[in-house]
Amino acid sequence: MSDHSPTTPHPKRSLAQTLQVDMRLLGMIGSFFAVCIVFNILTDGRFLTPRNIFNLTIQTVSVAIMATGMVFVIVTRHIDLSVGALLATCTAVMAMTQTQWLPNIVGLELGHPLIPWIAIAAGLITGAAIGAGQGWLIGYQGIPAFIVTLGGLLIWRNVGWWMTDGATIGPLDQTYILFGGIGGTLGVFWSWIVGLVASLAAVFGLWSARRNKVAHGFTVKPIWAEAVVMTLTAGAILGFVAILNAYSVPSRVIARNPELFGCATAEGCTAAYGLPYSVLLLSVVAIVMTVIARRTRLGRYIFATGGNPDAAQLSGINTRLLTVKIFAMVGVLSALAGIVASARLGYHTNDIGTLDELRVIAAAVIGGTALSGGIGTIYGAIIGALIMQSLQSGMAMVGVDAPYQNIVVGAVLVLAVWIDIQYRKRMGAKL
Amino acid sequence: MSTPLVEMKNVSIAFGGVRAVDDVSIELHAGEVVGLLGHNGAGKSTLIKMLSGAYKMDAGEIWIEGTRATINSPADSRDYNIETIYQTLALADNLDAASNLFLGRELTTKFGLLDDGKMEAETRKIMARLNPNFKKLKEPVSALSGGQRQSVAIARAVYFNAKILIMDEPTAALGVHETAMVAELIGELKKQGLGIFLISHDTREMMELCDRVAVMKNGQMIGSERVEDVTEDDILSMIILGKNPKAKT
Repeated sequence: MSDHSPTTPHPKRSLAQTLQVDMRLLGMIGSFFAVCIVFNILTDGRFLTPRNIFNLTIQTVSVAIMATGMVFVIVTRHIDLSVGALLATCTAVMAMTQTQWLPNIVGLELGHPLIPWIAIAAGLITGAAIGAGQGWLIGYQGIPAFIVTLGGLLIWRNVGWWMTDGATIGPLDQTYILFGGIGGTLGVFWSWIVGLVASLAAVFGLWSARRNKVAHGFTVKPIWAEAVVMTLTAGAILGFVAILNAYSVPSRVIARNPELFGCATAEGCTAAYGLPYSVLLLSVVAIVMTVIARRTRLGRYIFATGGNPDAAQLSGINTRLLTVKIFAMVGVLSALAGIVASARLGYHTNDIGTLDELRVIAAAVIGGTALSGGIGTIYGAIIGALIMQSLQSGMAMVGVDAPYQNIVVGAVLVLAVWIDIQYRKRMGAKL
Repeated sequence: MSTPLVEMKNVSIAFGGVRAVDDVSIELHAGEVVGLLGHNGAGKSTLIKMLSGAYKMDAGEIWIEGTRATINSPADSRDYNIETIYQTLALADNLDAASNLFLGRELTTKFGLLDDGKMEAETRKIMARLNPNFKKLKEPVSALSGGQRQSVAIARAVYFNAKILIMDEPTAALGVHETAMVAELIGELKKQGLGIFLISHDTREMMELCDRVAVMKNGQMIGSERVEDVTEDDILSMIILGKNPKAKT
């Protein structure tokens, strides 16, 4: 066996090729910046302010968390229409646990330090159990994921309703609502610490990947290219922290409770929000999901199954159990997203997470996840969620009417997929 | 004679009333190449898929090196050192050569994470042996030519020290030069003492490659003969008429 294809020469290599950065990642970041700059011009500079970037980030978290799981679902050629409804059932469980069941049935007093954590655990278990159940119906019983989760969309939305009698449940626990965004942030000092640690970890990761390649005798990119990538990565992390740290707490908020910001009196006290816990949570989810996708057997099997389900099965992979695991993961992520969403509101409401399934699927697809299976990235889904949220809040700031907003978002979804297909054709991929 | 490497005894499987394989027995010895011949739908691939764990047989027994084997899944089959090269190659097109080679048997670091560097290095080594022109290690296998894809599938079977190798139409998609290389490889593996089941439609090729041919028709075993005892015409008549001219009446 041999191939007779001539060795194609590479006389000229573009900068991106030398740096070995993912072209699609660059494209997505580029379009995200384009969206931001356009809105910044249209809003006379109100879009790219620390305050708006902060808000944009915390509004994206909930959808982005679920989108990372949706990537695995779509990669294995399934779909999950139930995430928004699942989120609602999980928040209903968490809200009822902390406001009714633990105080009234178990007898823990409201405000007991264990309450938020028990509630969160209950929510995560609920999400995992429902997700695993749906995965079992899909994997072991052979019911199409579209049908199971379409049923789930109706069932879980209304199980949440039934549990709460349709009432808004709250106010939620003080510790619990720290996950909501603006109510729970790290402050300037700890934000910088987290940023520095993350930058160092990223640089170390890149460096050890290079060392590993050298140890196996593979070719590596020139050292200057490595340095450029390291600098850009660390710069992006620290730059993001700097922006969030630049959003200072308004003086009237400090005046309400100066001690919260480390001052004795409101007089002359300045403070900034820094990294929200919810963004930190999203970062952890993103890292864990990326490690699963790239560095674990589970992830390898997910992508193999997406690329060729028969081959995966013949390689001894239990694709049925894999389906259960994937949907259970999505269930857990929906519960995590539910914590952020309900904590941000401070209440569980009946319509929480409505239409989130569509936002989540759109985020994953805009982020380059192919519905034909086998292709998708975690970072893509998060950037996809960011692009969607920027479009929506940007248009709201410009004053575009609601129907036009949805028309634009819908058109962008189709356009993004079309561009991705054109890009893959150019690259000569058969998929 | 020595204990056969594989013995399938009175094996049957039916799909919705159709007896795809009906009471078939066959054996394979170490260092032997046995060719399975027959029309499309004769049951060759089905028979072999029961050995590779893709199908679960309804009745019959499989014995491997003199002990009764239970094969319920592809993973079980691999545990008995049975490797299969499927006609479809069974490659995940979106993954690169190393990921495909180690699919289901990934090498991991001491933390349990995938050791992609080691897997790529091992892939380079075996590909250098099987197909020195193979260079596209980083690309998804969908970007490879038919011959290159075949060599990934073969590498997967050879790398894990198979004792029993099943090749389903290994040369169907290949050019003349590549076919010759597969033939050479089969000879080499035979010398190493592997037992090989070969499925093909090409009677002449089978006469060259195999020690024995077994002919199936309508799910039944018509007969198995040493290639030096039969002519090509004998085999053809077995395939077409379903009768063994050599059979003692």
